[in-house]
Amino acid sequence: MQKYVVATADEIPPGQRKIIKIAGKSIGIFNINGEFFAIRNRCPHGGAPLCEGVLSGFVQSPVPGEYTYTRKGEIIRCPWHQWEFDVKTGQSWVDPVKTRVRSYEAKIEQGCSLVNPAEIELEKGPFAAETFSVSLDKDYVVLEI
Amino acid sequence: MDDAITLKSENFRNEARTGVIDCDVHNAVPSIQALFPYLEDRWRDYVVEHGIKSLEPNYYPRGTPLSARPGSELPNGHPPGSNLDVLRQQALDPWNVQYAILNCLYGVQMIHNEDWAAAMARAVNDWQNAEWLEKEPRLRASIVVASQNPEQAAEEIHRLGEHPGFVQVLLMVHSEMPYGKKHYWPIYEAAQQYGLPIGIHAGGVTGYPTMPVGWPSYYLEDYVSQSQAFQSQIVSLVSEGVFKKFPQLRVVLIESGFTWLPSLMWRFDKNWKGLRREVPWVNRLPSEIIKEHIRLTIQPLDESPKPEHLLETIEQIRSEDMLLFSTDYPHWHFDKNEEALPAKLPPRLEKKILSENARSVYRF
Repeated sequence: MQKYVVATADEIPPGQRKIIKIAGKSIGIFNINGEFFAIRNRCPHGGAPLCEGVLSGFVQSPVPGEYTYTRKGEIIRCPWHQWEFDVKTGQSWVDPVKTRVRSYEAKIEQGCSLVNPAEIELEKGPFAAETFSVSLDKDYVVLEI
Repeated sequence: MDDAITLKSENFRNEARTGVIDCDVHNAVPSIQALFPYLEDRWRDYVVEHGIKSLEPNYYPRGTPLSARPGSELPNGHPPGSNLDVLRQQALDPWNVQYAILNCLYGVQMIHNEDWAAAMARAVNDWQNAEWLEKEPRLRASIVVASQNPEQAAEEIHRLGEHPGFVQVLLMVHSEMPYGKKHYWPIYEAAQQYGLPIGIHAGGVTGYPTMPVGWPSYYLEDYVSQSQAFQSQIVSLVSEGVFKKFPQLRVVLIESGFTWLPSLMWRFDKNWKGLRREVPWVNRLPSEIIKEHIRLTIQPLDESPKPEHLLETIEQIRSEDMLLFSTDYPHWHFDKNEEALPAKLPPRLEKKILSENARSVYRF
């Protein structure tokens, strides 16, 4: 497992996402009500850039004409075939057993905790031309791949 | 082809089939006067005073080769299927049927006056009971309803729902609106209450074109295109959540053909995966719902010149429980009685089609 600093925390407000390329992979980072989640930006069904899809809620129905609408902002729909995926787990709704997108752990860490330990290797950030500079007094989104 | 026919004939001779259930036999109203004993006075006089000659629909026009198998035409000019003795000889005896289900196509669904239509449906059903069910224990019948007014149709189902002779509710595939719509749900609620499947039969006259692209010019087009209407009704029933609302309900498609079913299932499943948010009550693959709730009669059979193709189709449906034996008497789809059944069916599947599948759908 390698840790990567991929964004400042305030760069991805709640309900927003950021797609980054790191370690040869395109990955979407999502802020859902202050919690961060990451899934691979590649639909397991047809290879589409999944994380570019519409972020929406989950609609269910106990009986025709009645709707329950939950988990607003937690379900992403693939831009190609509109299959729905749970951003928190990577699971698809239509085929939860076989079709799931790889998810990664994303969490917030303080700059000071990132800089000191020698084992944490700081990689180049999303701004390809420059090293991602970490300030001690800011929060960062850290991805484990 | 010759090979297949030989096989069929051998099977037919050698196997003593028992318990055969013919899920589509047509009894015809001989004349509108035959219904008078069963029609309320107000409507009997209405029919006479308005000079109504017949509600016999022209689904099978006389003179077209499909309409009447040889020998079913009656010397008195009454329509084929209107004589019980002839029907016994031609439809019940050759197959040694245990039960045959009558689907009376008298055109009560075409009447724009809902009250008159409901009265005619009641008369047809009472006529079916007195003239057919009470005279021949092998017969069962579908409840004819005037679907123009689903509330009144449900009343008719409640009136006859406990009667052991009636085993199904009959609708015509060409409807005023798709059958999944809540407009029709009173019919399904009543049918489910009595354990009656809904039979959807080819035909129906609503004023709408019989092809989705407009009116056809020829009977050939009309006849061949019926399967499109059946497909639309399946899509509607599943999408509108009828089977979620009425989980015990079964729908039997009659004279629908079935070889088109695999491709419809594939198309439906594929698109449901991306569009299911529109119909969140459809919470499993449409093909799974279809397999559980839909049944189809086998005649008229859309048969490939190679009998094995038919087995492939059944394999593609991924269910051996969906097909029900039918002769569609008196309509003419085959020359020899044994040809009513597809050739080269494995014995287990043949048994299911001939009786077991029907037994699991109908309350005999």
